Amino acid sequence: MQSSETAAAETEPSRLKTYLKTHMREYGLLFALIAIMAFFQIVTGGTLMRPVNITNLFLQNSYIIIMALGMLIVIVSGNIDLSVGSVMGFVGAFAAVMIVQWHMPVWLTFLASIVMGAAIGAAQGYWVAYWKIPSFIVTLAGMLVFRGASLLLLEGQSVGPFPRDFQLLSTGFVPDILPRDVTSGLAAMVGSHNFNILAMSVGLIAAVVVIWLGLRARARDKAYGMESEPSNFFWARNVIVLGAMLFLTYKLATFRGLPNVLVTMGVLIVIYAFITQNTVIGRRIYALGGNAKAAKLSGIKTERLTFLAFVNMGVLAALAGLIFAARLNTATPKAGFGLELDVIAAVFIGGASMSGGSGKIVGAVVGAFIMGVMNNGMSIMGIGIDYQQMIKGLVLLAAVVFDVYNKQKQG
Amino acid sequence: MTTLLEMRDITKEFPGVKALDRVNLSVEKGEIHAICGENGAGKSTLMKVLSGVYPAGSYDGEIYYDGALAEFRSLSDSEARGIVIIHQELALVPQLSIAENIFLGNERATGGVMQWQETFRRTEELLAKVGLRDAPGTMVDSIGVGKQQLVEIAKALSKDVKLLILDEPTAALQENDSRKLLDLMLELKAQGVTCIIISHKLGEVRYVADTVTVIRDGSTVSRLDAREGLEEDHIVRDMVGRDMTHRFPDRTRRAGEVVMEVEGWNVWHPEHAGRQVIQDISFHVRAGEVVGIAGLMGSGRTELAMSIFGQSWGRNISGQVKLHGKPVDVSRVDRAIDAGLAYVTEDRKSLGLVLDESIRFNTTLANLEQVSSRGVLSEGAETEVAERYRRALGTRTPSVMQKVENLSGGNQQKVVLAKWLFAGPEVLILDEPTRGIDVGAKYEIYSIINDLSAEGKGVVMISSEMPELLGMCDRIYVMNEGAFVGELTAAEASQERIMSLIVTE
Repeated sequence: MQSSETAAAETEPSRLKTYLKTHMREYGLLFALIAIMAFFQIVTGGTLMRPVNITNLFLQNSYIIIMALGMLIVIVSGNIDLSVGSVMGFVGAFAAVMIVQWHMPVWLTFLASIVMGAAIGAAQGYWVAYWKIPSFIVTLAGMLVFRGASLLLLEGQSVGPFPRDFQLLSTGFVPDILPRDVTSGLAAMVGSHNFNILAMSVGLIAAVVVIWLGLRARARDKAYGMESEPSNFFWARNVIVLGAMLFLTYKLATFRGLPNVLVTMGVLIVIYAFITQNTVIGRRIYALGGNAKAAKLSGIKTERLTFLAFVNMGVLAALAGLIFAARLNTATPKAGFGLELDVIAAVFIGGASMSGGSGKIVGAVVGAFIMGVMNNGMSIMGIGIDYQQMIKGLVLLAAVVFDVYNKQKQG
Repeated sequence: MTTLLEMRDITKEFPGVKALDRVNLSVEKGEIHAICGENGAGKSTLMKVLSGVYPAGSYDGEIYYDGALAEFRSLSDSEARGIVIIHQELALVPQLSIAENIFLGNERATGGVMQWQETFRRTEELLAKVGLRDAPGTMVDSIGVGKQQLVEIAKALSKDVKLLILDEPTAALQENDSRKLLDLMLELKAQGVTCIIISHKLGEVRYVADTVTVIRDGSTVSRLDAREGLEEDHIVRDMVGRDMTHRFPDRTRRAGEVVMEVEGWNVWHPEHAGRQVIQDISFHVRAGEVVGIAGLMGSGRTELAMSIFGQSWGRNISGQVKLHGKPVDVSRVDRAIDAGLAYVTEDRKSLGLVLDESIRFNTTLANLEQVSSRGVLSEGAETEVAERYRRALGTRTPSVMQKVENLSGGNQQKVVLAKWLFAGPEVLILDEPTRGIDVGAKYEIYSIINDLSAEGKGVVMISSEMPELLGMCDRIYVMNEGAFVGELTAAEASQERIMSLIVTE
């Protein structure tokens, strides 16, 4: 019942305050990530932000982030997928058997694995979408089935190693555009062995694109007279985000440049952010999760949409499985155990709601990074796995409590 | 005769609505007292005040019960004094047995351990009283609705009931089950239990009631002694006979060709196999015509509309829908929309809107193709559409980015209408389009409906408010128990005629 009259009568500072209050979640998440990174940077004596560690951070978390993209969609649609860890392990095992035991070419293995992921997603999505069996149960069953299937496929053994070109999927780096001897002068200037021009340029270009998109969106909002972010907030947020982007790409540039995985991940993040925010199918998924009955009565094919969300999840879990196997250079029967929980935690830390209908790709990615930085930082500090688990659990709880508290205060 | 219950000058206000305005009700000990009134007249609110669902202090007026001023703070307060209410929707747990249901919350137990023998023995006694011969261990979902109603009464008896309130107890019952229930009421009366029955069915009222109180628009209209014989006409007039307090915008009536025809429409209940909810209904709508469907709650109006709109309700649906004389496929919602239908639901919050999203989001939801190209949405186009309908319908909001849950009922309804107008239908089915919105907003909704018919769209309007149907419609179909029982032109129709078509069934 708030009306426009009261909004217009509000003073500038109180307008900022209400804006901050309603967007607490987004800013909170960003600041939480920065605070956590700063904290670990200090307590690890600078190890966290060393170029090699930054590179590792991306490599270690890539498969979590890739699966978080699919999980966000599943959760927004009002479901959950507990099977992704097992599916990821199973597809890694499947790829290992194809390459190592059956001597299939890498490209065929890659293709077959992705198709396998889609088929697994379809098999689970079918029961959820068309039989209305709760996704919790279907994917719990899936989790058990594919854990067992991995064991069966690998006969309880680890299978590896992989050929070099398969490993590149996760351990390779994009070659620089300029030869090493040309950039050595630059490298000497910044005091490192190496300076990757490509990585730095990509960082710069990405920064420019982010600013440009942000300004364009603001201009459009203004043209339609819609409420937009106060300009000081906009610039403060962008300065922080851009600073972080340039800083990270600089770190990558002074190590070995852009990891292949980072490129894959970056492209996927952009694609999924676009799909969820700017396409008809994305819109329908939010409507489905927000109010399934209303969505159905608006002519949306809710069953098919749910089905597709699971197929998509299966494809991304397969991709994650390939990357994971390539990174370890072996497929083990226990690969992926419990990873579904990290993925789900990342999505909820990122602000998605358990009941569906809300959550953003960027949130899920930041949520995954928060988890990843904590894992990494605590490991550097030498904190045992026991405390690590407990701390991560409490962070998840705190993030969701913060959400609920915010909502209650607004309501 | 002594008075058991006296409610004096009960007034209950909700934000913006006066649901009860100085209602008086006086019930004698040992009688069966009927309360009659239209949907929304305030009967259920009055019973909620009495039973403590609306606690003392949240209403004005006084309740005297059993000779003393009563201030019930909760349902358990009133139950402790022997007042038990049985609602329209039964409150039994289907997966538990009859015995478990009867003693739910009142378990026969020692130290938290169920005393099954005692429970079953007492249940058998109670079932005998209500004339039910099923075993106490029978699961509730395996017995019919009629028997479930009796279990509810047995449950009430287990609590030493002094005043039993039955809210439309026979609404879901077949003829002979209804009769059994009414006979049971008479038996209970002989045993000294006082009953209040809320009912639309005047035949029943005449059969059991000693006294009738008629409520209309939140006020007591009359109190009649039924023992001296009742005139149904009199009650009907009292139930509906209000002044035309709502105004309706003027409209030039010009009905064109038939746009939609529905022929031989039959629908069965999705869960209760063998229960036919819609029976062989046929009707038509002309271009530029507003057609009303009148009927009481539970008569199957919404089920009819939803089954036509993409088979969203029911199963074993048979019959044909034609648009412009050609049969169309309405077997799925998207097909119904493509064929040119739109359905504005009676329950906008749970079926019509995504509350957590913006006006813009909701406006374009049923026609995203129009604001996208190759699957990519254009925010600009969406905003334009949302703004256009905001202006056209006069939705009051600071911006189209406002979440719809922050809007008032009338403005929410305009967002739902905007969604369906943007889908470009030829026939709109409006189910209770003005439910829960204030008088001013109602007028605006009526104007929108008139504009639609002026554009040549066919409008089907379902409403529980008869004045609204009389003020808006060119033709009115009267519906009762899943079938059309009459058709009246605007000139023929009156509240009395509609009501008598329904109650004489």
